[in-house]
Amino acid sequence: MLRAELRVGAPAPGGRWTLGLSLAWCLLLLTGPAPAAAADTGDDAFRALVAEFADANFREKEALAERLLATGHPRVRDVLTALLEDRLFERERDRRIFVVESNDERLTAFRLLDPASLDLVDAVAPDLLRRIITNNRLRRFLRGTIARFSLSSADAGVRLEAARELLRGLDDETIELFRRRAAVETDPDVSYEIETALSIAALEDGDPHVRIEAVERLSGRLNPVVHNRLTALVADTGNGGRVEPDADVRAAAADALWQIDSMRNVYSVLETVAFGLSLGSVLVLVAIGLAITFGVMGVINMAHGELMMLGAYTTYVVQLWMPDLIGISLLVAVPAAFLVAGSIGVLIERSVIRFLYGRPLETLLATFGVSLVLQQLVRSVFSANNRAVVTPSWMSGALQFNEAFSLTWNRMYIVLFALLVFALVLAVLRRTRLGLDIRAVSQNRAMARAMGVRTERVDVMTFGLGAGIAGVAGVALTQLTNVGPNLGQSYIVDSFMVVVFGGVGNLWGTLIGGMSLGIANKLLEPFAGAVLGKILVLVVLILFIQRRPRGLFPQTGRAAESM
Amino acid sequence: MTSVRMTGAIGYLPAAIADRASLAFLAVLAAVALAAPILNLAVPESSPLHLSSYAVGLIGKYLCYALLALAVDFIWGYCGILSLGHAAFFALGGYAMGMYLMRQIGARGVYGHPILPDFMVFLNWTDLPWFWYGFDRFWFAMGMVALAPGALAFAFGWLAFRSRVTGVYLSIMTQALTYALMLAFFRNDMGFGGNNGFTDFKDLLGFDLQSDATRSALLAATAVALGASYWLCRTVLASRAGRVLRAIRDAESRTRFLGYRVDAFKLWVFVLSAVLAGVAGALYVPQVGIINPSEFEPINSIEVVIWVAVGGRGTLWGAVAGAVLVNYAKTWFTGALPDLWLYALGALFVGVTLFLPRGLAGIRFPVRRGA
Repeated sequence: MLRAELRVGAPAPGGRWTLGLSLAWCLLLLTGPAPAAAADTGDDAFRALVAEFADANFREKEALAERLLATGHPRVRDVLTALLEDRLFERERDRRIFVVESNDERLTAFRLLDPASLDLVDAVAPDLLRRIITNNRLRRFLRGTIARFSLSSADAGVRLEAARELLRGLDDETIELFRRRAAVETDPDVSYEIETALSIAALEDGDPHVRIEAVERLSGRLNPVVHNRLTALVADTGNGGRVEPDADVRAAAADALWQIDSMRNVYSVLETVAFGLSLGSVLVLVAIGLAITFGVMGVINMAHGELMMLGAYTTYVVQLWMPDLIGISLLVAVPAAFLVAGSIGVLIERSVIRFLYGRPLETLLATFGVSLVLQQLVRSVFSANNRAVVTPSWMSGALQFNEAFSLTWNRMYIVLFALLVFALVLAVLRRTRLGLDIRAVSQNRAMARAMGVRTERVDVMTFGLGAGIAGVAGVALTQLTNVGPNLGQSYIVDSFMVVVFGGVGNLWGTLIGGMSLGIANKLLEPFAGAVLGKILVLVVLILFIQRRPRGLFPQTGRAAESM
Repeated sequence: MTSVRMTGAIGYLPAAIADRASLAFLAVLAAVALAAPILNLAVPESSPLHLSSYAVGLIGKYLCYALLALAVDFIWGYCGILSLGHAAFFALGGYAMGMYLMRQIGARGVYGHPILPDFMVFLNWTDLPWFWYGFDRFWFAMGMVALAPGALAFAFGWLAFRSRVTGVYLSIMTQALTYALMLAFFRNDMGFGGNNGFTDFKDLLGFDLQSDATRSALLAATAVALGASYWLCRTVLASRAGRVLRAIRDAESRTRFLGYRVDAFKLWVFVLSAVLAGVAGALYVPQVGIINPSEFEPINSIEVVIWVAVGGRGTLWGAVAGAVLVNYAKTWFTGALPDLWLYALGALFVGVTLFLPRGLAGIRFPVRRGA
């Protein structure tokens, strides 16, 4: 308490420095195994210290954090991280302080963990708890402190994250910390980051040879900090002089920068392709259902987009029904959406489309009418406002390859999901009795009927399948766009383009068409902007259709003439 | 479609419009064009016969839609080309007129710039883009009203018909065309006002657009344009080329094998139809006072097709009647039962295609085989 008051009263200029040293000293102690004997009494003291957060102001909280670090208790990091992430709460009934497992606002009860043991103590409604608040300054302090502390964690992953965090704000103190850690570090990834930090520090060395070596070591490192430092090195001071007096060092730095830039370019192309693949998968997903109804049956279903919309709303309803099981709600929503959209599709087929076979233009108009009715239906039931569909935790986050290249999980899941749906549909068409019937009817209806295929039933099943796939695509779309009555409309032109581009009646064409359109869109975006890129793709498509009116992979033989 | 025949009593009329349906249609049109301005301008407001300015604007709007429907029916009903992008030509004509009207505002805009329209001043542009030159002259703007949609239709049609893109493929392509144009016109740096398009027009050829007299005159002008277009379409259809068009509609391959240049016939009829749509758009903009990229929305083009389908494809006056009826229903529904309009429109789409394949006109005049 005394020390805390001192710091509040007199924020001496040298205070931070001594604090850093004492901290480093503490950390050195902490690198060894924690003293096991003192655990019980240590826990109580730790709890008592944590309890002081309840009444402390921001400055006092900073001091408290330091004192917690000084205890060397194994849960220090968890408690401070909880404070940083707004997960430290005071229970109003007895004013005890707990770490909360998750502070997700949608939870009806927060699970309280004891700060010293992290054991579950209680689950309490959020309005019976008071959050221990932080401000910007305190959060910055905590981030740095936690990173310093974590640099000596036993877990290499934690150390790596800490090293990266510390690299962002390098000062003498952290460099000293890195230098000590370098001697004992065994993990190659952490060592790499430490080497980056020490090389950046060496750029300030008096000896030009040391500086050149440091520059050479930094060459090819993608961390933006490195890029900034090297850029600063080759820059002018503004009054004719140079930041770096030695010409050789400047040349080396320029080389290193060039290398880093070219690596970054490679990764950014990779990233664009990855974005393109994920956009392409969305297009494929959206177009597969259409490829069945339009491609196989020759039915122009303008209500396809609205069937996707129904799939998306099904997801929303499923999440309403199972608010505590958001994690698996999407898995439940996929078959549910298939059934909902599929049965609506069957209904549309029975009531409208079956009277219009062989009259594609009339089918187009009638299904457009159906789409208007479905849109308005959704507006009447769910209102015209967008509905929020929750992203489950296993879909958020990203897979980080390096500083310049990472892929978000939801994009990768979409790609996987699209491929899975594609493979399933392909399997159904190729390997099942239904698929055989579908292909037979689409190739020669009269002959199929003569061979005993019940063509009417096949029509219903085919349309239902296509509609169901549209519903499944709608589930995926909930993770990418707003769920509203206009969801379907925005994809209808794109999805027709994919089917026409790939070649009607050819599922592989749909896959390749969708993927190439997605990649083309994303490749054009940096040069032309998102909208102009899309327009260019559309124009190129229109021109392409002129050259090859039957798409990339045209059907051959008699089936081609019947369309 | 009724047969084209001359009777003794009306023999001095051009043969193309000398049938009973055409005469009745033109008579009704003339009556509307004369009665609406008179009831609006000459009849005092207290009289129950007085037609409000709002109604005059509404009728003028319906007539523009009717002209657009006529253009669509001309190619769909008689040549079998279902365009789902005709609103694009309509909007292009409208934009050409809008550019003229914007230049007429002159220094009366919010920013008071003598040459640049407000939105350009707002975007910090200093010079007029090259494609805005000439639009301060009425004759030039009117030329562009025909030229812009006509040139686009020519380029698109030349590519499409030459490589024999037909049926649904063509329909989807036309929809992609209008969709691409919509995206393009939404961009600010296209130089067409982006999102907001053009509005706040002041006058046309020096006549105040807000005055009742100008509105009545515009209504009459639209009626004249509709009548003239009707006559033009009938003339084309009554000619030898018209018979080839119907032959293309009914059996395209056979017509080609008989030695007709199917792609050339289709191209010219498509361009003519696009120009008519552009004229409709140009008449539409001064009457509603705004043009923006939402006119390009694919759904608008599809709605036009349903007007034609409701009225009766393959009878030009049926398309006009369909446009007026559906739009009147829309005005009524969106006023009285806004939530039900889309249900009604959807039901109309389904009902007409299932139960009235020849539209309302088909009820009284049974047609031979449609396409």
